[in-house]
Amino acid sequence: MHSTIPRVKTPNATVRRTSSPRKRYNTLMGYLFISPWLIGFFIFTFLPIIVSLVLAFTSYDILSSPRWVGLANFQQMWSDRRYWNAVRTTFLYVFTSVPLRLIFALAVAMLMNGAYRLVGLYRAIYYVPSLVGGSVAVAVMWRQLFGESGAINLGLSLLGVDGPNWLGNPRTVLIPIIILAVWQFGSPMLIFLAGLKQIPQELYEAASIDGAGGWRQFRSITLPMLSPVIFFNLVMQLISGFLVFTQGLIIAPGGGPLQRALFYSVYLYEKGFAQSQMGYASAMAWVLLIIIGFFTILVFKTSDNWVFYDSKEDA
Amino acid sequence: MASQAIGTRSRLERQRRLKAGAVQLVIIFLGLFMIYPLLWLIASSFKDISEIFTRAGSLIPERFTAENYAIGWAGFGGISFATFFKNSFIIAIFSTIGAVLSSAVVAYGFARIPFAGRGFWFVLMLLTMMLPTQVQIIPQYIVFNKLGWINTFYPLIVPKFFGQAFFIFMMMQFIRGLPKELDEAAEIDGCGRFGMFWRIILPLIKPALITSAIFSFYWTWEDFFGPLLYLNEPRLFPVSLALRAFSDPAAATNWGAIFAMSALSLLPAFILFLMFQKYLVQGISTTGLKG
Repeated sequence: MHSTIPRVKTPNATVRRTSSPRKRYNTLMGYLFISPWLIGFFIFTFLPIIVSLVLAFTSYDILSSPRWVGLANFQQMWSDRRYWNAVRTTFLYVFTSVPLRLIFALAVAMLMNGAYRLVGLYRAIYYVPSLVGGSVAVAVMWRQLFGESGAINLGLSLLGVDGPNWLGNPRTVLIPIIILAVWQFGSPMLIFLAGLKQIPQELYEAASIDGAGGWRQFRSITLPMLSPVIFFNLVMQLISGFLVFTQGLIIAPGGGPLQRALFYSVYLYEKGFAQSQMGYASAMAWVLLIIIGFFTILVFKTSDNWVFYDSKEDA
Repeated sequence: MASQAIGTRSRLERQRRLKAGAVQLVIIFLGLFMIYPLLWLIASSFKDISEIFTRAGSLIPERFTAENYAIGWAGFGGISFATFFKNSFIIAIFSTIGAVLSSAVVAYGFARIPFAGRGFWFVLMLLTMMLPTQVQIIPQYIVFNKLGWINTFYPLIVPKFFGQAFFIFMMMQFIRGLPKELDEAAEIDGCGRFGMFWRIILPLIKPALITSAIFSFYWTWEDFFGPLLYLNEPRLFPVSLALRAFSDPAAATNWGAIFAMSALSLLPAFILFLMFQKYLVQGISTTGLKG
């Protein structure tokens, strides 16, 4: 059982036709076993979501009780320049880093798929950045690497290129953060690698007999066969992309020059916790939920056109 | 004719080898770029302070020194990194125990017990994986604040004891791969659901438990957002928060010490990775989650 395609499988309740005490025993036991999650879901997920929806229509600073303000928070958001900067930054970041990361992951996975020697070592080297990439330590290091006289600019000067002051310039400040995200392509790469291994070799052999070249084989075999994995990764990466926080806060404190690297989550934190405007922050959180929901549904809706499920696959 | 065929064949073989060699080179070249930043961090942590910026690009310290580690370890505000590491370990270990145990229990329930409403709750659980935590944190913070849990580790640890969707899903995949006959045999032997879970399933899903434990440890170890919200006394800081305070651009002076502590903070991750690489790769490939 090593299906690399995490199809959402509902455990179809094949309740066997047995005596009703047994059924009751199972139902009791079932709920008993899932009760940790069920209780946690209500306390830490369901109730908070409802509460934050209510708070979104209030002004609340945690010290005094919330005051109903109707749509004021949303109106304020509409005319909040800093808010729009955060939206802009986050969109720019998501729609560059996610495709780039997936393209790198797929390209390198295909290179590695040929079962070359030392694949284990290469895999490790490419995966380690994903392992540590989200940490504060790496973000701190990244600031220095991309410093005005840091290692990156030193390397560029060897090539005769005069590197910019990456983090001090509003036009370049987002670039190091995007590179940091792309650098972590190792974990989708592992997933693609596992997916590539599942494509029957005969498909390529048949295609090559039919005279299909490398590009043609990629378009007609590799991409369709991998599409469920690509789809799944796209959804998960989009979601996590919208939520990026640590890198933004540490590499570009305060949003960087002209707030060109102010991320949505960072601004939300600023409002909700540094300035105790919890009503406003709740409204922001709900708008974020709607944005993410919108793009997730969009990807799901278009998936009929490009995600290919092999009908032979075991269900 | 025959010799010509052989000639073509060896030419093809040569071509194939050339191509394989080229691919190998590309992988190695790109791999150097991938690993360079980390090697750079380690190298810088052993460089003399004067050397860090004057020879920023080099990977070999001119004068090898461990002084940065000694200075860094002393920490700031009278609190040493021993405290920060201890805090990180406490949070990560308790969170991991909670997450793995509770997730295993829930995974068994979902995977093996047919009960009314199972499909509904299962789908709901998968959906929570897509939910941005941002919509939950403000009310959670308010509640933890009311409970007096600010500046304690409870808000970081207690929620982990209620199962985590990612681990539940991964363990379920694993349990589904176990033969159903096991359960039936156990049932005939008069084993209840708890006995079945504890004595039969749990020992068999050890690989999934290990994979979950490693991931859980990583994520809590590098977590920054949670501690940032709930801990504001330096003596309670885990390493992630301490590093941020330590490297505050407005106050930071000794970059050698900062690099040394940064490198040290990644050490547990590297060790776990070297020990359990197989489990990690398997975990990522089978669930396809966590990007």
